Amino acid sequence: MSSLSRQDVQRIAELARLELSEGELDLFTRQLGDILTYVEQIRALDTTGVTPTSQGMNRPVDRDDVPAATLTRAQLLDNAPDAAVEAGLFKVPRVIG
Amino acid sequence: MTATSLAKQIRDGATTAVAACETALERIKQLEPTLSAFNTVMAEHALDRARALDAAGAQGAAPHRALHGVPIAIKDNLCTAGVPTTASSKILAGFIPPYNATVVARLEQAGAVIIGKTNLDEFAMGSSTENSALGPSKNPWDVTRTPGGSSGGSAVAVAARMVPLALGSDTGGSIRQPAGLCGITGFKPTYGRVSRYGLLAFASSLDQIGPLALTAEDAATCFAVIGGFDPHDSTSSPEPMPDLSHALNGDVKGLRIGVPRAFLGEGVDQPTLDAFESALRVLTARGATLVDIELPHASYGIPVYYLIATAEASSNLARYDGVRYGYRTKLGKDDTLQDMYQRTRDEGFGPEVKRRIMLGTYVLSAGYYDAYYLKAQQVRTLLRQDYDRAFGRVDVVATPTSPTPAFPLGEKTSDPVQMYLNDIFTVSANLTGLPSISVPCGFSPGLVTAERPGREGGRLPIGFQLTGRAFDEATLLRAADAYQRDTTFHTEAPTAR
Repeated sequence: MSSLSRQDVQRIAELARLELSEGELDLFTRQLGDILTYVEQIRALDTTGVTPTSQGMNRPVDRDDVPAATLTRAQLLDNAPDAAVEAGLFKVPRVIG
Repeated sequence: MTATSLAKQIRDGATTAVAACETALERIKQLEPTLSAFNTVMAEHALDRARALDAAGAQGAAPHRALHGVPIAIKDNLCTAGVPTTASSKILAGFIPPYNATVVARLEQAGAVIIGKTNLDEFAMGSSTENSALGPSKNPWDVTRTPGGSSGGSAVAVAARMVPLALGSDTGGSIRQPAGLCGITGFKPTYGRVSRYGLLAFASSLDQIGPLALTAEDAATCFAVIGGFDPHDSTSSPEPMPDLSHALNGDVKGLRIGVPRAFLGEGVDQPTLDAFESALRVLTARGATLVDIELPHASYGIPVYYLIATAEASSNLARYDGVRYGYRTKLGKDDTLQDMYQRTRDEGFGPEVKRRIMLGTYVLSAGYYDAYYLKAQQVRTLLRQDYDRAFGRVDVVATPTSPTPAFPLGEKTSDPVQMYLNDIFTVSANLTGLPSISVPCGFSPGLVTAERPGREGGRLPIGFQLTGRAFDEATLLRAADAYQRDTTFHTEAPTAR
């Protein structure tokens, strides 16, 4: 895998919803390139047919689907920036014109 | 004094919870300006709670009140009801959790007094606390050096004897590495042993909560309190907790210790290797035997870790968007929702968190997933198989905790890969889910670096790490405790003033 271009980094930032400054774009292009070069070493390993591990202990526990007490709407809105507390809603900039 | 003895003294009436709390607060007041261990000190809250405990008395004896009246510090990525929880990030400014993490609730049920929230690398991403939005904590053995991280604040609080016990979280070594660099005991239980409910998620398949303590016995006491199944965490294990009451008996006769010689070669400094060898001799003198083992994939631990951890982090940290809690950017009248997300995240996250979100987003993106993320998960399997094979022949695996003692503040901040290499011995236990403990095993005379030629650094602690079989924390804690019966490194305190 070749190293990253500034355009690649810009595209990743958009995917990650990060608005990076020009300085950050330069820095991350270099540093992410270094990190990717470093992790390249695992590509030399033969992993044909090896099952991937996604969880430390592979013992998922399902619970019965029974309703239980949760936090209240008021408690949750308490932490929201600029919430419409009376209406019981989170507030964000207009999405639909 | 250890947490276990302090709780006993309070239960027996030899001292009080209020006295213990006042001692801790006094010590914090004295040392905090130098060491910066805490993000929040809950003085009033703690004293109220201690008074209430003294008034009620220790109803029911140990183990139910195993931590009765003991002041405990909590890493600031664990939710505490009504108390700010920041993960040392600007993006959680103003966030006050409406609930307690399960571990916090369990500590309180056991009589503990939560005394404050400790500093960390932002969202636990780092090995030095230098990524904290609130500034770094200082190593009490040498304040020009890092305490390690990410649970650096918790390690400092215990090492400097501000509190006898603290909680941390360990995703790639974040309990064990700072414990090692600060000269205390740090314990990461088996993945799934301790509920992660109320822990601000970093990498969900790796994160595990555990104690930073003065002794293996205290780590065991704390583990017995916080461990065990929790319906609030679907990855919490239903495996019964071990009975630890008779486990710490000093008996390591016949214990087989695996030593991965080939893995200890490069990059480990001489005082660390010397201290490691003498730690092995202490255990063999008690009847343990050494077995040479091979972990052929352990050297791939760091790349695998940084691919998996960042992928999971990019997903977990998507929730910080300025909508429901924490920081939101200042909005102009024409700003869109998109603008709000992007600016909130750019202003709210620090550089290392952004770097990891970016790397994680990249390795999960179309066209790169197989080459990086899937590949890393496959190597993770190979690493697990290495350990499975090893545990057919041995009971624990020994390595140093870190390749060097505490490094100077600022030394590795500009080179992420150098900083990551510091976790070479710790990440394996997270990738495999295995329990692992670090105990102090000696001192280095202090490193002389290019930046500080000839500087007479103070003595710096060195950590000895043991990793055990899944869910066999009892063997691990027994070995660590046995080691501490024959050594005094864990009793030495730094002279920070």
